[in-house]
Amino acid sequence: MTERIDVIIIGAGHNGLVCAAYLAHAGMKVLCLESADSAGGMSASRSISDDYHFPGLAHVAHPLSRAIRQDLKLDKFGYTPGKAIDTVSLDVDGKHLTIGSTGVSGEGLPARDMSAYAEFRERYLAFAKAVRPLFENKPPRLKDMDFPDKTALVRLGWNLRMGLGRESMYEFLRVAAINIYDVLNEAFEDDRLKGAIATDAVMGSAMGPRTPGTVLTWLQRLYGEQSGPLSMQSGQLVNALTQSAEHAGAKLRFGAHVEKILIENGKAFGVELAGGEMLKARIIISNADPRATLTSLVGAPQLDAMFANRVAQIRGSGVVAKLHLALSGKPEFTGLPESQLGDRLLVAPSMKYIEHAFNHSKYNECSGSPVLEITIPSLHDNSLAPDSHHVMSVNVAFVPYELEGGWAEQQSTIAYKVISQLGQYSPNLKSLVVDHEFLTPRDIEAEFHAVHGHWHHGELSIHQSFMMRPLHGAAQYDTPVDGLFLCGAGCHPGGGLTGLPGRNAARRVLGPGGAK
Amino acid sequence: MNNYDAIVIGAGHNGLTNAAFLAKAGMRVLVVEKNPYVGGATVSRELHAGWKYSNCSYVCSLFRPEIYNALDLGRHGLKVIPLVSSMTFKQDGDYFGSYSNPNIRRHELMRHSQRDADAAIRFDADVMRWCRLIRGFLLRTPPDPGSFRPRDAFEFAYLMKKFHELSESQLYEFIRFFTMSIAEYLENYFENETILAHYSGGSIIGTGLGVYSPGTAYVLLHHAMGDVDGNVGAWGFARGGMGAVSGALASSFQAYGGEIRTDAEVVNINVSGNRATGVELASGEKLSARVVVSNLDAKRTFTKVMNEKDLPPGLLQRARNFKIRGSSGKLNIALDGMPTFPSLPKDSSLTLGHMHFTDTLGRLEKAYDDWKDDRWSADPYCDTLIPSQYDPSLAPPGKHMMTVFVQYCPVEPEGGWTDEKRDQFGQTVIDQIADYSPDFKDLLLHAEIRTPRELEDEVGLTEGNIFQGELTFDQLMFNRPFPGYAQYRGPVKGMYMCGSSTHPGGGVMGAPGANAAREILRDLKKPDSTPAEFSDD
Repeated sequence: MTERIDVIIIGAGHNGLVCAAYLAHAGMKVLCLESADSAGGMSASRSISDDYHFPGLAHVAHPLSRAIRQDLKLDKFGYTPGKAIDTVSLDVDGKHLTIGSTGVSGEGLPARDMSAYAEFRERYLAFAKAVRPLFENKPPRLKDMDFPDKTALVRLGWNLRMGLGRESMYEFLRVAAINIYDVLNEAFEDDRLKGAIATDAVMGSAMGPRTPGTVLTWLQRLYGEQSGPLSMQSGQLVNALTQSAEHAGAKLRFGAHVEKILIENGKAFGVELAGGEMLKARIIISNADPRATLTSLVGAPQLDAMFANRVAQIRGSGVVAKLHLALSGKPEFTGLPESQLGDRLLVAPSMKYIEHAFNHSKYNECSGSPVLEITIPSLHDNSLAPDSHHVMSVNVAFVPYELEGGWAEQQSTIAYKVISQLGQYSPNLKSLVVDHEFLTPRDIEAEFHAVHGHWHHGELSIHQSFMMRPLHGAAQYDTPVDGLFLCGAGCHPGGGLTGLPGRNAARRVLGPGGAK
Repeated sequence: MNNYDAIVIGAGHNGLTNAAFLAKAGMRVLVVEKNPYVGGATVSRELHAGWKYSNCSYVCSLFRPEIYNALDLGRHGLKVIPLVSSMTFKQDGDYFGSYSNPNIRRHELMRHSQRDADAAIRFDADVMRWCRLIRGFLLRTPPDPGSFRPRDAFEFAYLMKKFHELSESQLYEFIRFFTMSIAEYLENYFENETILAHYSGGSIIGTGLGVYSPGTAYVLLHHAMGDVDGNVGAWGFARGGMGAVSGALASSFQAYGGEIRTDAEVVNINVSGNRATGVELASGEKLSARVVVSNLDAKRTFTKVMNEKDLPPGLLQRARNFKIRGSSGKLNIALDGMPTFPSLPKDSSLTLGHMHFTDTLGRLEKAYDDWKDDRWSADPYCDTLIPSQYDPSLAPPGKHMMTVFVQYCPVEPEGGWTDEKRDQFGQTVIDQIADYSPDFKDLLLHAEIRTPRELEDEVGLTEGNIFQGELTFDQLMFNRPFPGYAQYRGPVKGMYMCGSSTHPGGGVMGAPGANAAREILRDLKKPDSTPAEFSDD
């Protein structure tokens, strides 16, 4: 290589791309290395044959924040927030509940819940808004704060006390660290409604509705909602990010699997690829899971033993499997009008149901009644499947990483069980299935290099959030290795398609005390 | 005529502590109690002829030594005997013993895991550090985050200063400790399944959470920070049973001139012109006082003895939403002799301490799953003690008294509690003990079985929650019992709260009672009779 490289980014997931684009826009020479042969990571689309294509592991998303769209000129590169979709909480007898941006409706819904829902949403959106400065900046240290740390804390305090007002602030302090189960039981009666909201709080985490900390995970979801309603995720986001980064001069290289971060005298100076090629840069940023980055790419010998010990304690084992179905026709759901087929359909009829599904995963079992999040992406984009054919994408929770009795023997049985469970809601589905793919957390680990197949590169529990994410000593996107930074979902503020870890990391690299 | 300076509703240990400090400061104080005896949940009663059951709380470790000294409880007959060990029976016939003698404990740890024996040194030091930190906050009134008063600002500054004394790394470790589950926290130290289960148990006692629920690591502290003779982390047993604690408190209170009326249930706190004026008893009698203090739990206080019209908007809703789910049961057993435990070596001293029968985290967690579904577990976690071994006043010579604290027990099983269901619940506990003690059932003379239903009916604890409200984040410090009401003052002038529903919460600690007394005396501009600051050993 003759050309000078300032920054090497390991991994071209959406956070890696956001980070690359920001740095490239700031004038740095960026090289983004991706082991797969396309960009996007978990948001990249995938195919199970030449005919059937899926929008990737993350099949639904909120729009990126206006700030990121403007900074990276994403709209110019073809990014538009998708058409809003509603959420339907499915009922096995066909009495479904629809939750949309305008409110909630459905047969048998108590009138009280309808008005309570509006009030509830408003309150929690206000909470999510109050904690925005916390999400949009590097998490403040609690000691040896620099100026931005202090500003972020003061703004947070101001937002809570003055923005919310005394009574609302009290309520925020009460609920911030508790479980969604109690909060929803206080507010609503309808099980389908509570099940649907609780699903959003726990999906992707090894937590049930009764696990303390699930209000916080839900507030993280609501953060995304401030930028716009939920829509189908398409390849558009990844395309726009790639183009924005490349347009600003960033280079992307595919099929480049980083095996090692090169370190000398405690300073990172490059990476070594599989095959032995070495690339040098003065800044290395990893979009990979912090555990993988620090243990496999850096290695414990390069780290202080206390720090290495803390890395080993990072928690996060994936609990969501993905089922992709290729269908020879359009599925019908009992009691669901065709106009709603394109919405996000949930099988989470009550919080108790979710909790039971979660219970099994604690003992490395797979529940016979999992929580399902179903989309039919081909209804939004007919290029995904041949004429009159369809693809269905289903998140299945809770599915353990380690399965008692081993995955190899049971993977297909469990996939068929999920298909027949879907059949309870969609009687014609089974007859339409022409092909399927079932990605367990183990497969997700193998495909996307997410340790233990965890969506968020580490559990979003309170003790792994903010200034403790992924761990203290590496929470402000830097690491004990000089010149090595982190920018993935394992960093504050965590997973979801917000792009915030990538953006915050780029700002950290560029900003005061950063590398530039 | 019956004009008191203060009336305290409920003669639980916090009510008595509060009353004693008020009386000590020269006030004319009356304690009214619905039961014919004092103590609330801190009682010892002869429910089987010849046997004395401490049928609610059964150990004391959290009771603040500062209060013990300030109220001269030693002179009033309170003597705490330290407990020397705890142990867990394994299903494979082995056992793990945790002795208070550090050398012997280390030997025993090494027998199970060399690595864990090393980790225990680090674990003890870390937990001790958090104990010392937290203990400093127990006898202080939490600041109100919604207030701009200098006093609250000062208190926040004090907290910040305390935390600032920690290194950055310790600060984050503390936050992690405060927010993690006990199982995950312990897994940072230990690897042996039995050792993990053994040290997790203390964190679920009285709690509607499982060993894997975030926030349970902190509960460990609630149980580990007791003092017995200045020995941090030790448990103790009151000679004569827990009734001796309330007995000594009552005696101290009376020595300061206080008055106690039993069989006097309060049905209403009278309010006039936004000021508490006294109480009304079930008999219709009205008593007046300048100050009314409720030792009842917050839910009961605001939904039962206060009038809705006297409450500001929203408070009733908060009281209804107060988390006070019952999760524990209790068996008090009269034994014809000392049961044998064949897993233990002959004459093992481990029978003198806590005995447990749950040897894996999975079994603990599954018991919690059953509770979530409103069932009692067929495999419950039992904290078992036979205190008659060192306190002969509890049972006739040669006989024994066993106390079994059971986690979990549902507030209400499907279809509600019946006496038959209560007995079935008791039977599962008896069966579990019998699995490890073959002669246990033959020795069993009498068993009193208590579910949340019995605890609520007798003691008045809502849903039988032993801490007068769950110890979750939403109900700790300035959130306890509700945000804006954490400084012991009620919604009307002259009305206060002094029970475990207030900071720092449950356990036979006395701190809420003492803290409330300090606030009352402050409002009345009387000299402070409470221990001002935590006295470190």
